[in-house]
Amino acid sequence: MEKKMDYANIPREKFEFYRREEEIRDKKLETKPVGYFKDAMMRFCRNKSSVIAACVLLCLILFAIFVPIFCKTAYSENPTDTTYLIYTKLLPKCKLFAWAGWDGCFDETLNEADYLSRRAIGEETGMDPVVKVYREGYEDASSTINTTFYDIRTDSYIKNGMIYLTLTPAEYEAIQDWQDETGIQVIYPAVDTSDFRLEILKNNANIWYQCNQKGAPKLDRDGNFVPLYRTSGNDGEYHSLRIEGDDGSYRYAQATGTSTAISYKVRVFTYTYFQYRFGFEPSFLFGTNSLGHDILTRLAGGARFSLLLALGISLINLLIGAVYGAIEGYYGGVIDLAMERFSDIMSGVPFIVVTSLFQLHLSQKVGVVPALLFAFVSTGWIGMASTTRMQFYRYKNQEYILAARTLGASDARLMFRHIFPNALGTLITSAVLVIPGVIYSESTLTYLGIVNLDSSTMTSIGSMLSAGQSQLTTYPHIILFPALFISLLMISFNLFGNGLRDAFNPSLRGTED
Amino acid sequence: MVKYVLKRIALMFFVFFVILTMCFVLVKLLPQTDPVQFGKDMNLIKMRREALGYNKPILVQYGIFLKRSLLGNDWGISEALYRGQDVWKVFVSKMPATLMVNLYSLIFSVPLGLILGIYSALKKNKWQDYLISTLIMLFISVPSYVYALLVQYLLCFKLKLFPLQMNSGTDYFTWSMFLSVVPAVLSLGFGSIASLARYTRAELSEVLTSDFMLLARTKGLTRAQATVRHALRNSMVPVFPMILGEFIGILSGSLIIEKLFGVPGIGQLYVNSITALDYNFFMLLSAFYTLIGLAAGIVVDISYGFIDPRIRMGER
Repeated sequence: MEKKMDYANIPREKFEFYRREEEIRDKKLETKPVGYFKDAMMRFCRNKSSVIAACVLLCLILFAIFVPIFCKTAYSENPTDTTYLIYTKLLPKCKLFAWAGWDGCFDETLNEADYLSRRAIGEETGMDPVVKVYREGYEDASSTINTTFYDIRTDSYIKNGMIYLTLTPAEYEAIQDWQDETGIQVIYPAVDTSDFRLEILKNNANIWYQCNQKGAPKLDRDGNFVPLYRTSGNDGEYHSLRIEGDDGSYRYAQATGTSTAISYKVRVFTYTYFQYRFGFEPSFLFGTNSLGHDILTRLAGGARFSLLLALGISLINLLIGAVYGAIEGYYGGVIDLAMERFSDIMSGVPFIVVTSLFQLHLSQKVGVVPALLFAFVSTGWIGMASTTRMQFYRYKNQEYILAARTLGASDARLMFRHIFPNALGTLITSAVLVIPGVIYSESTLTYLGIVNLDSSTMTSIGSMLSAGQSQLTTYPHIILFPALFISLLMISFNLFGNGLRDAFNPSLRGTED
Repeated sequence: MVKYVLKRIALMFFVFFVILTMCFVLVKLLPQTDPVQFGKDMNLIKMRREALGYNKPILVQYGIFLKRSLLGNDWGISEALYRGQDVWKVFVSKMPATLMVNLYSLIFSVPLGLILGIYSALKKNKWQDYLISTLIMLFISVPSYVYALLVQYLLCFKLKLFPLQMNSGTDYFTWSMFLSVVPAVLSLGFGSIASLARYTRAELSEVLTSDFMLLARTKGLTRAQATVRHALRNSMVPVFPMILGEFIGILSGSLIIEKLFGVPGIGQLYVNSITALDYNFFMLLSAFYTLIGLAAGIVVDISYGFIDPRIRMGER
């Protein structure tokens, strides 16, 4: 095949214009450019466990933000109310999961007298604290008491039954009005206690039946309770709901004091009294603690505080550490040496010593929280500073820095426009990983009682745990939810942080594919 | 090498003195409040303070403090916690409980951590590895007091295997004492098992993929031989200093675990000294913790050079 062309002398007519009628432009890029952060994001999303952890983390943060807002009730608002002491140690109750045992009930074994007194609450109010009887009236040979026993399931919300309250006439009227309005019985008839010799029996509001001097009910022949209601005496013209079986002779209060400063001692049912006071039926998703605080809102409040504190500390550390490390790394030499020695000394002080010194010195003057913040910041920035310093050493002698300097860029511009963005990925990762560390340390310190954040309005997870520890064997729910929350938070934060670290690590780029 | 070690030790003492001075001055600046109580003669307290030198300038007090504490080992007398007792003696008497609990936990956690780490590195990316890695992740993330509470609730209360609190008393080598420290030992051990296993796994799996392992196999070593003789020894270079550091750290004890299980040790003493504002204890224990921390750092750094002669210390 002979096809040799004379390329130097191609005849003119062989040329023709390429697309003469349209302009020729550069083609638009068909793929999108992948920047540093986008690349990190893409690689982060490929790591499944980190993405799941990020979702869980988001849920926990949303929980901490929104629960105090939406689950705010009249109950969680007034934590200094003394009526709280009636509603201590209620068990977690959730209507949706009542079938799974999340129903506010617990199992117990009672002797006959206690069992009957539980039954009596149900008899009088129509709300039986005994939800279920597993085993009825058996005799325990190993027991020294000569009685029969009952294995039952008890509703912790009802079992407290009645209490005696002393009301002013205005309060007394208000309750009666509320009763008329809603048709819910709060005040129950007063009891004739004149036969009781012991003060304990006189003060026990749950006894409305005939009983012996130990409080054990005396039943009639059919096995029913025999009422012991008061039928005489001043009850301040009670005009509201009357219980079933009342022919109008029962008295509903006992007037005390003089005619000018009169007050009424009444028996109120704690369950319906709660409705009257706070406007809803008592039902706590996470139960209440030994002071009657609602664990759900308290936990969310504590978590919100912890997260905010950790975020603040992480940001402050980032700021101080970045500036300090930048100066160290950029100038080097004597400045670096002197500043390194300073941070050496600071890092040698054990954290626990710093915190206790700050607490002893500052908590009186500026408050517990700022003192805690100072303590965290005073040693926390060192890690950030050394990270920044290392990155600065890596980049400060590269050619593009030299070029920028030749063009007349100032030191500050070189440091923060040219070198610092390179260190940003690592710094973000360590700033995120600081957060769980701070939360952990804070909960440890509050758990130990070195830092005391616990008050009626505020708490922290550590104080909740240490308060619940004494009830670990009897009421584990007080500790369960805070412990569960902080464990989940830690796990998801660590997984999220690890994913972030891998995503920002340029040496791992492309290894997963 | 010797020069480097000496330099590091000199630097350590310098840092220690600076921190000690800082602590001393800060503690002395605190108001010495003594609430008026029944049966307390305020004049007597003032006279005692005067005699002990509380009213002298802080620098003079610091001189006296240094002379007494570092040269004479006299750290003063407890003012609130163990009224009238010698601080150093109380401190020494608290030492055995902390040492025992931490030593037991180290004895069972180091081998277990190493074995788990090695096993999961050898089975990398198989289900065994995933299982172990997940467990490691769990135990590293969950705070130690959460699983301490879990141990206390499940093993001590529900199953009644161990007592809820550690026995008091000083007979440390009886069977009942051993049983009573097991929960504390377990709770302390989980965390260190997990961190040790994670570290070992990371190091070993990195060594296993390196080129000299291929060479070892090509020259005729079996997989087991190559792993034990070459990979394991190399991966231990960074792991061993970590174990060494933990051995020094056992002196300081764990504040939380000691409180939870009622271990009458140093951690509890420290927490109590803060709540009772007993400054002499606070000074002694702060100095102790600082020294332990600094010493652990140095030993870890230096041990690298001893374990692996290729690492030259202090050279530029």
